[in-house]
Amino acid sequence: MVKNSLGRIIPESFNGKKLIPYKDPYSLMPKGKRAEKSLKRVGPGHKKLLKSLKDAILAAGLKDGMTISTHHHLRNGDYLLNMIIKEIDELGIRGIKIASSSIHPVHAALIPYIEKGVIAGFECGVNGPIGELVSKGELKCPVTVRTHGGRARSVIEGDVEIDVAFIAAPTCDEYGNINGYFGPSACGSLGYAHTDAMYAKTVIAVTDNLVEYPVSPISIPQTLIDYVVTVDKLGDPEKIVSTTTRITKDPVGLIIAKYAAEVIEASGLLKNGFSFQTGSGGISLAVAENVKNKMIEKKIKGSFGCGGITGYFVEMLEAGLFNVLFDVQCFDLKAVQSIGKNMNHIEISADMYANPFNCGAVVNKLDAVILGATEVDVNFNVNVNTESNGYLLHNTGGHSDTAAGAKLAIIVAPSIRGRLPIIRDEVTTITTPGETVDVIVTERGIAVNDKHEDLKKELIKRKLPVKDISELQKEIYAITGRPKPLDFEDEVVALIEYRDGSIIDVVRKVKE
Amino acid sequence: MAKNFKLIRSLLYVPGNMPSMLQNIPIFDCDGVIIDLEDAVPINEKDAARILVKSFLKIFHDRKQLIFIRINPIDSKWWYEDLKAVLPEKPDGIRLPKADTPEIVERLDTVLTEFEEELGFEIGHFKIIPSIESALGVINSIKIARSSKRVIALAFGAEDYTASMEIERTKSGEELFHARTRVVWAAKAAGIQAIDTIFADVSDMDGLRKETELIKKLGFTGKSLVNPRQIDVVHDVFAPSKEEIEYALQVVEAIERAREMGTGVVSLNGKMVDAPVVRRAVRVLKTAYSLGLIDEDIDEEVIYGEE
Repeated sequence: MVKNSLGRIIPESFNGKKLIPYKDPYSLMPKGKRAEKSLKRVGPGHKKLLKSLKDAILAAGLKDGMTISTHHHLRNGDYLLNMIIKEIDELGIRGIKIASSSIHPVHAALIPYIEKGVIAGFECGVNGPIGELVSKGELKCPVTVRTHGGRARSVIEGDVEIDVAFIAAPTCDEYGNINGYFGPSACGSLGYAHTDAMYAKTVIAVTDNLVEYPVSPISIPQTLIDYVVTVDKLGDPEKIVSTTTRITKDPVGLIIAKYAAEVIEASGLLKNGFSFQTGSGGISLAVAENVKNKMIEKKIKGSFGCGGITGYFVEMLEAGLFNVLFDVQCFDLKAVQSIGKNMNHIEISADMYANPFNCGAVVNKLDAVILGATEVDVNFNVNVNTESNGYLLHNTGGHSDTAAGAKLAIIVAPSIRGRLPIIRDEVTTITTPGETVDVIVTERGIAVNDKHEDLKKELIKRKLPVKDISELQKEIYAITGRPKPLDFEDEVVALIEYRDGSIIDVVRKVKE
Repeated sequence: MAKNFKLIRSLLYVPGNMPSMLQNIPIFDCDGVIIDLEDAVPINEKDAARILVKSFLKIFHDRKQLIFIRINPIDSKWWYEDLKAVLPEKPDGIRLPKADTPEIVERLDTVLTEFEEELGFEIGHFKIIPSIESALGVINSIKIARSSKRVIALAFGAEDYTASMEIERTKSGEELFHARTRVVWAAKAAGIQAIDTIFADVSDMDGLRKETELIKKLGFTGKSLVNPRQIDVVHDVFAPSKEEIEYALQVVEAIERAREMGTGVVSLNGKMVDAPVVRRAVRVLKTAYSLGLIDEDIDEEVIYGEE
């Protein structure tokens, strides 16, 4: 066991792999070259279209112990991963590792296959029941949680080798040209699938909307696709929009949003060329509403909005408040409709979005980002992976990527969730290091990281409720009391990988 | 009145039986809250709510807002127990429901004095905001406004009033016009504030704005609210305009100049500045300061001199 720079005890190796302890957000340099993929030759008359998923799995040569991937753009409406594993099981293949971009509650159907040994590990974060069971020690299935940028990095770096990538293709032709804009399972951007298509040894496009050659526009091109398969249904479009995409009406959330927008204004970043990312949660959208109004009032023309894109951002683009949207995933159907028709609504890969090991990710050009938190601590570290009961329930997403890249990373969260205080002495799990977090905004006060003394002074000048983070914590504890620490076993069930591949924390089995 | 000016543009109702809402009181930017032990609390929760409110007030020391407790009506069996529970925690005062006659207010005044003596608080600490919410109350409003020195504002309650009149309450509110006017007259005549009834539709911000604009024209200086989201709209309507602030600043500057020169006579732009003009200017600047529209609060000693 070794201690990383944040004081977290991590094993020297996990699942047979040597680990690098986290040191800081920026200094780790990549070594070596980009991962390789074999050259291929496809002659005239070659047919890529196969009859079934089973045929495609066989054609790809999938064997015991190999790694597969899918993308999570269909989110909780995704049918594909469950279908694939069922076929793999029927073929008698065992010990498969799943390196999808994320796992959702719908994938709880995989649990029997984990128990059966069909699935032997997750090279990705998991949302929902699988993570919970892993935390309880009920599924012996190691998990490595990665950020969106970190996942792209791990594939490009060759740290995670994808043997077969299955790409859910909402529109596809028989030669493998794909876009996500149209069709009954349209999900918009395919940002997470781009890297898989580039680097997986074999790539299979699976579609429920096979159209005449050629697809237009092309998001992922035929040159990267080995096989094409059709299925009845890729997913449920209703569940693609799985998160809250409406502005909160909760008065507490509205106060937080108002303060967060004031922080952005006070930072001096809200001027022509402003770039912004916010999530799809009710408070985040309320911040966007406040920022939008300030932009209109001050006649500010922004540069770009990015990340998961909502209809709200689309409206801002259409109103001329941003020049472009960089879209790595669409969060609602309005965004899906927009990306298919607006030239300035640009699909980007997870690599371009947030990979720390390339010639420059979009997150590095971000002025301000609004992020959530399950817990924060007095050192500004943030947990979004585990709930306060210690269970691994959430993926990291772009949280640490954008916090590291943006000039101003603002965490918005109610000071009390349920009956639990948001600010702890130590978070249960460190997802995002405090050194990349600039401001924490709650309805009871705003805590500014010491590195931003000027911003702190400006906020005080503007009569905003700036408080030292320990003072804020004390105030919240006065209402909630001090929470009892959780009990964990020594057994490590999941790694929390920082975006550069170092290990920022681990998740241990919860003591029953 | 201006000497101890405490702006009450917004009085937010918070049910006394809901811990999650009580704990959020400090974060809302309203001028005052009314913690309700009356209509919001079912009969079987009256005891529990009293204990909860008492416990909350015990830990809630850093109070930015005025804290009023809406006790149960004086003809009910709960009101005295309400007072017994909450007064030791020193709220700012009592919102008295169904204040139909001056005698009801006088009775409360007497009891509050007894509590102040017993608790060792300054006599007169507890203020009263009587709720005028019946035909009788409207008729008696001037007497009620003058019934006790503790009365700092009259509040109008439209729901009970329309019930007492056997009429329906509408969104446009024509049926309230006469009663509202009487309440405002009474308050103004007594030199206290006038606080309008609630606007019940919490999703209709345009409707709230329109109603607040109307009552501001009638002379009301504040409004009772049922949802924190209504605070900003009401404050926005009651916020003075840029021109009003500029003029008020000029008035205050003229007064300060006159005091420095040792003269009581002040003129501005060729016009005499008299007491009502000064009072209005002070009110405008106090409001502007509390809204963050000006950086510095005004020094009332300079304006009115030391007592």
